[in-house]
Amino acid sequence: MARRTAIVGIGQTYHCARRDDVNGQELINEAVTRALEDAGLTMKDIDAIVIGNMDHFEAINYVDGWSVDGSGAFMRPIMKLTTGGTSGMTVATAGYYHVASGFFDVVLAIGWEMNSSSDTTAAITTCCQPLIERDFFAGAIGPLAAEYTAYIKRFGATEEDAALVSVRDHNNALNNPHAHLRTRITVEDVMKSPVLCYPIKLLDMCPRSDGACALIYACEGKAEKLAPRPAWVHTIAGSRDFVYMGEPFQHEELITLERASARAYKRAGITDPLKEIDVMELYLPASTTGVKWMESLWVCGRGEAPRLIREGVFNMDGQLPVNPSGGPLATNPIGATAMIRVGEAALQIMGKAGDRQVPNVRTALATAFGSCSWSDVTILRDTKP
Amino acid sequence: MAGTAGETPELIKVHSGAVEVPYDWHCGPYWSRFFRGLRDEKKIYATKCPSCGRVYIPPREVCGPCFARMDEWVEVGPEGVIEMFTVVRLPYTNPSTGEPLSVPYTDVYVRLDGADTSLMHWLDETDEKKIAVGMRVRAVFRDKRTGTMHDIEHFKLI
Ligand SMILES: [Zn+2]
Repeated sequence: MARRTAIVGIGQTYHCARRDDVNGQELINEAVTRALEDAGLTMKDIDAIVIGNMDHFEAINYVDGWSVDGSGAFMRPIMKLTTGGTSGMTVATAGYYHVASGFFDVVLAIGWEMNSSSDTTAAITTCCQPLIERDFFAGAIGPLAAEYTAYIKRFGATEEDAALVSVRDHNNALNNPHAHLRTRITVEDVMKSPVLCYPIKLLDMCPRSDGACALIYACEGKAEKLAPRPAWVHTIAGSRDFVYMGEPFQHEELITLERASARAYKRAGITDPLKEIDVMELYLPASTTGVKWMESLWVCGRGEAPRLIREGVFNMDGQLPVNPSGGPLATNPIGATAMIRVGEAALQIMGKAGDRQVPNVRTALATAFGSCSWSDVTILRDTKP
Repeated sequence: MAGTAGETPELIKVHSGAVEVPYDWHCGPYWSRFFRGLRDEKKIYATKCPSCGRVYIPPREVCGPCFARMDEWVEVGPEGVIEMFTVVRLPYTNPSTGEPLSVPYTDVYVRLDGADTSLMHWLDETDEKKIAVGMRVRAVFRDKRTGTMHDIEHFKLI
């Protein structure tokens, strides 16, 4: 039986397109310092550290080594994990496992990225098999754009449906002081923005951000003392699928998210996610995914997401607010992006989300997406599991 | 600290220059047979799972869902259906060469006749108004073939 474990501290850096003012280690330290302050701890209280990013974006390997002074890992156990876009949640999950296993009481998890170091799309493209598919794969955008053409054809969704998601997330970000992009936009702005990969336009796609996030996990017995309202981890579930981009047997769905969320709901005793979950922080790399992936989260039937989006069900004042923080469409330091989803979900449980707080959050869900097409799900609650 | 009062100290950024690291990649028996089929026969070969019956392109040794070894080879295509597509207009760097890629180009996911997965390749049409999911396409082979994915020049609408 796993030990009960909660998130008790969250630290996010200032996120923007270029953090010229810091190097990687200093960026990591900024998030760590803020997480410690948030939990009222010092580095002496930390038993172990987990860290991760996507090395090929900066072309500097072994962040577990070179960041030791800034991460606080000097003479402590540290483990580095990287899994593509899901890295931030993989690292968060490992932080949870470290505590839940009983080996450590208080653990620091760090996700970070200095995206401005390289051409992100070129770097992402190296995840694709070089002999078979790499030349036909346009980074993260290409397959996401192509998937939406299949979804449009099957269900009659529109580019405007995706634009509504973009408008929701961008405008939610106006309430988030940590958001990289904080500009009010309209559906017309999205539709008029330049096409990156048809049918995805500039304002449909996440930006590239520099930034870091750190979370502090603590065991039962310590968590209640450190936070008045800790965010208890109820379950974590992940799924991986294919090796080749042409692989999913149904491109309209995200089968890994379907399987992972179904498993998470079962473990958390959730039968009607639309009613039983109070807020979702979703790793939506493109607005199009905020349409089609809602079905993979079982909040509606196949092809029903466009109607729910047009009705505003996932808006801040809707039945199930999605991405109060603005999500990845507003802020995307890739190795941290998935961890920010967990951190924002935790802030909602802890009642510390400021202007982006959804009232009375008791159950929050966070997701991660990575290449390709991987999904992780975390469910947090204000009560112990 | 460097810099005097009232001045913002200079922040230095260093560019790596072009970094070139050559790699050798091993194809193994399955991809090698696939590439030999393209090069020597202008044919597209796939593998079929003895357990679930799915036909996989590109061919491989193991069916992931069944974790079963595949020994049966079948020919698929050269025609198929567009399962999905995108017209790429975003300029970015080709990570294999370090050179800027020329855009626009069209990525197409082709469900070749007889296959249960799609092959990703290029389509010789970049006007999205002329392309639709479900259209039929055909592989166009190059005259000079060397045993790579580019032995197929692109797919064309039929
Ligand atoms: Zn099989």
